[in-house]
Amino acid sequence: MIRIDSVTKRYPDGTVAVDRLSLDIPDRAITVLVGPSGCGKTTTLRMINRMVEPSEGSILLDGRDIRQQPVNTLRRSMGYVIQNAGLFQHRTILDNIATVPRLLGWTKQRARARAAELMERVGLDSALAKRYPYQLSGGQQQRVGVARALAADPPVLLMDEPFSAVDPVVRKGLQDELLRIQDELGKTIVFVTHDIDEAIKLGTKVAVLRTGGRLAQFAPPAELLSAPADPFVEDFLGADRGIRRLSFFPSTGLELQTGPVVPIDADAGKLAARAATAPYLLVTDLDGRPLGWSEPDRLTAGAIDRERLLDHGRPFVPGTDSLRTALDGAVLSPTGWAVAVDGEGRAVGVVSQQVIGEAIRAAHGEVAEHADAKAGR
Amino acid sequence: MNVLNFAHAFFSDSAHWHGYDGIPTRFAEHIKYSLEALLIATAIGLPVGLFTGHTGRGGNALAFIATAGRALPSFGLLVLMFIWIGFGLLPVMIPLVVLAVPPILVTTYEAVRSVDPSPVDAARGMGMPEARVLLQVEVPVALPLILSGLRTAAIQIVSTATIAAYVSLGGLGRYIIDGLYQKNYEKVVGGATLVAGLALATLAVFWAASRITVSQGVRRSA
Ligand SMILES: Nc1ncnc2c1ncn2[C@@H]1O[C@H](COP(=O)(O)OP(=O)(O)OP(=O)(O)O)[C@@H](O)[C@H]1O
Ligand SMILES: [Mg+2]
Repeated sequence: MIRIDSVTKRYPDGTVAVDRLSLDIPDRAITVLVGPSGCGKTTTLRMINRMVEPSEGSILLDGRDIRQQPVNTLRRSMGYVIQNAGLFQHRTILDNIATVPRLLGWTKQRARARAAELMERVGLDSALAKRYPYQLSGGQQQRVGVARALAADPPVLLMDEPFSAVDPVVRKGLQDELLRIQDELGKTIVFVTHDIDEAIKLGTKVAVLRTGGRLAQFAPPAELLSAPADPFVEDFLGADRGIRRLSFFPSTGLELQTGPVVPIDADAGKLAARAATAPYLLVTDLDGRPLGWSEPDRLTAGAIDRERLLDHGRPFVPGTDSLRTALDGAVLSPTGWAVAVDGEGRAVGVVSQQVIGEAIRAAHGEVAEHADAKAGR
Repeated sequence: MNVLNFAHAFFSDSAHWHGYDGIPTRFAEHIKYSLEALLIATAIGLPVGLFTGHTGRGGNALAFIATAGRALPSFGLLVLMFIWIGFGLLPVMIPLVVLAVPPILVTTYEAVRSVDPSPVDAARGMGMPEARVLLQVEVPVALPLILSGLRTAAIQIVSTATIAAYVSLGGLGRYIIDGLYQKNYEKVVGGATLVAGLALATLAVFWAASRITVSQGVRRSA
């Protein structure tokens, strides 16, 4: 564990970048530092690998003061990824990634073999190995930056706004990739960003810093959204935090209705029977995949016209997707009902906005009860 | 008679091709003085430029030294050194080195200073020792500029090394000075042509050196 123990950083010009900050950064999880520009995120991160020395306080790594080991030994045990990747333009991609293994005294051959492995791990085509950084896109360069940081398999990864210089689509890809890599490798990651959505998406725990380098709140993202510590945090979280919070509630408990789901070859009797269950019926193909909605009396048994069905919107997968996705599906559906599908995309039921709403209220209630119990009330 | 005829007459006279005053001897002498001066100037200018560029300190002092160095007239310095030290190689080397150090020093300093700070930061953050940060991260990227400083210095030395002849030393300057003294314009033009040719050859050598030593990744992204 990395323990930041009432650390203050005062720059020579008098700027207090970090003010008596204490944080316990959990092992094998992503801890995000987030806050407005100039609030001391970079300074905090750089104190962990001693690129910046604290003015007061100390930082412990697994109980030992980080100043107890040679600074370069410490740094080689911590991967470091920066905003513009900071690749060495005179070295090939493979040799960029092999940097830290080479510093650790590995042979060129072994370091390169390792680098090739890493390229695969971060989703870089091996054809890029012999290229130079100028021949890569921004997103690819950032992947190289991540691979380079991971090359010597350090237990800790420090990342300073690694994805902020790429466009939103590429950024989302990089974020998903990081989560996937983290699932496989389980590093202790400290991640700096000024983007609250990125923080909530990636963070196991999120530290919100306020200008002047003071900690405003340190909590898991769901808790941040449900119980912001003060108006600053609430304001920083932005609008629609209620909706965003739904991302943390599973859609498992939603009660699905199967009555309104009919196959396209349904006969008149079946249609009539199902029409009673709901104002709309969801028509599926013969494999059970949703085709669209229709009012029951517009359906002619044996001759259902696919073209005349209403779009069924984006379905959700119960258990995998969150309540937010389910609600989104219902809101986007012309009928106000969301379609639930299994992993193969076959309809397993439908659920109304009303039912989703009840599930949301129930989930909130549980969280509140849980919080009360924890507070001993 | 025009310049071309002079040059033709000079180069076609077989007497100019052997002996202690022959073209090969003078050429070799000229190259020797130039190389020596360049090596000494590099030994002074390069490490100081690299170090100050890397630390970013001493830029002002450096600019002052460079300006002062440039302001000193080489010929005046030669005469001064001659009066002070007497005959020999030393009074020639001093003005040549003084001439060559500023471009090497200042360009190297600027070259290292202007390297993109983010790879340097990344290198340090990965635990690269300072000397390696300089030699393996900054220098490879700064190399094209560093070489251009060396090239400027080398060309100035090659053209100025003719002054060696004033203190009774050899080199291609001999032809120019003796020719002027003897009113033998064939010799003057021949000597001047050889100096110009050597300067061009120097350019070619530096071009080849940069092709070989500068990484493709730096050349193309610059
Ligand atoms: N070397 C330095 N000397 C003096 N002041 C500095 C130095 N580095 C940072 N600061 C100041 O310290 C404060 C915190 O800077 P820091 O870079 O840690 O912020 P940040 O949260 O990373 O901001 P951003 O989101 O813009 O990157 C700022 O006010 C900044 O101006
Ligand atoms: Mg920053």
